[in-house]
Amino acid sequence: MKDTLALVQKFNAHPDSRCWYVAWNPNGMLLASCGGDRAIRIWGREGDSWECKTVLQDGHQRTVRKVAWSPCGNYLASASFDATTCIWKKKNDDFECLTVLEGHENEVKCVAWAPSGNLLATCSRDKSVWIWEVDEEDEYECVSVVNAHTQDVKHVVWHPTQELLASCSYDNNVCVYKEEDDDWECRATLEGHTSTVWGLSFDPSGQRLASCSDDRTVKIWKECNTGEGAYAGWKCVCTLSGFHGRTVYDVAWCPLTGALATACGDDGVRVFKEDETADPDQPIFFLSAHVPKAHAQDVNCIAWHPKEAGLLVSCSDNGEIALWNYQSENI
Amino acid sequence: MAGGTRLENANPLIFQRSGERLHTANDEDEDVLDPIDDREIFDILHVQSINDPEHPLSLEELNVVEQMRVRVNDQQNTVGVEFTPTIPHCSMATLIGLSIKVKLLRSLPERFKIDVRITPGTHASEDAVNKQLADKERVAAALENSQLLEVVNQCLTSNARTV
Repeated sequence: MKDTLALVQKFNAHPDSRCWYVAWNPNGMLLASCGGDRAIRIWGREGDSWECKTVLQDGHQRTVRKVAWSPCGNYLASASFDATTCIWKKKNDDFECLTVLEGHENEVKCVAWAPSGNLLATCSRDKSVWIWEVDEEDEYECVSVVNAHTQDVKHVVWHPTQELLASCSYDNNVCVYKEEDDDWECRATLEGHTSTVWGLSFDPSGQRLASCSDDRTVKIWKECNTGEGAYAGWKCVCTLSGFHGRTVYDVAWCPLTGALATACGDDGVRVFKEDETADPDQPIFFLSAHVPKAHAQDVNCIAWHPKEAGLLVSCSDNGEIALWNYQSENI
Repeated sequence: MAGGTRLENANPLIFQRSGERLHTANDEDEDVLDPIDDREIFDILHVQSINDPEHPLSLEELNVVEQMRVRVNDQQNTVGVEFTPTIPHCSMATLIGLSIKVKLLRSLPERFKIDVRITPGTHASEDAVNKQLADKERVAAALENSQLLEVVNQCLTSNARTV
């Protein structure tokens, strides 16, 4: 492997707790993290290092599982085991809790904004996915509740350009949703993983979806176009197996370079690259860089910087956040 | 969960507790690195520490945890425990597994990956219980539930030993 993954900085973000998730804001100037200490921390760049700018502590009564920035960067949503989702509004350097979205029966596992910023999706252990509409007055209204999964829904992610939503679950499946006559419906169920699917990521074009699982594999799904207007669904075109030693908790497709990074329960961070010469219907991915002990405990999340190619952030069960610089000979 | 008055398994087989660990000369030697071994895990689990929610007996006495079912790899930071529910339909299996997991999480250094599973072929819902115990998100959420945590702590601290 000529490609390298070099540590830039590592810091303790959620002391004596777990860091569950990290998210870059759209311009990449801020990083939000959340964890088992029920806090959300906002990190900003100070010279060469990242410093804590704000701690949001009063929003949730239990673990904050995930955070998501709105596409405009002015709002932050946080999903918690306390069954609520908080919407925070950025005011200069501070954040105020604008509203609390209630309705899920138990732990909210994930929250995600649609690319337009007008829709928000949440999912929960209560097996449902909720779609919320946002109006100009910052009012949030639930427009659909979809029960396509038979178990705990772990993650939701929007297509990068279309109003298309994907979710994954403890039931081993991935579901893809579209709006139909003012109602959101599951249009495709992607079956193939043999255990819980923990994470999802669309490729930059939105034509492919990567999923990662407790079955220690990553699968690449491609949208099939029949050309007749009918929604044909997605098929698995590639399975990355044999690379990961334990559960793969997260997968991230770099919007700038197309590199695919994974966060694994074996403490490792890996970056895969695609063989450009392969048949697009039978893509081949190879391991480009691997840090076996990237963290001292499970790696929970991985995210590419939205503007700086090769800058990667990961976080771990030991509360740490690490920044990595991925360099490939042909980036 | 443990509120019922009728026991599911009223007359469990009771097994002998294994003897105390044999001490060796190296145990006292501060210069010798003691790796964490199977017996250490077993001791963490059996010394009056975890009780079956139904019976005032330790898990070892009920043969729920056997030494042979504990596997440790100190260098690779892995601990695997297989436990055997007293009856194949034991509704307490998840709770026993969770208690074993919590006990190990609290006792071992954080570097260890802890896998708690049911001994293959000994429980009707083996796969479902194993999957739940392996899901760290669900385990984390369960331990934030104060009622459930209380039940787990009762399993871990009860010293109501009658035998």
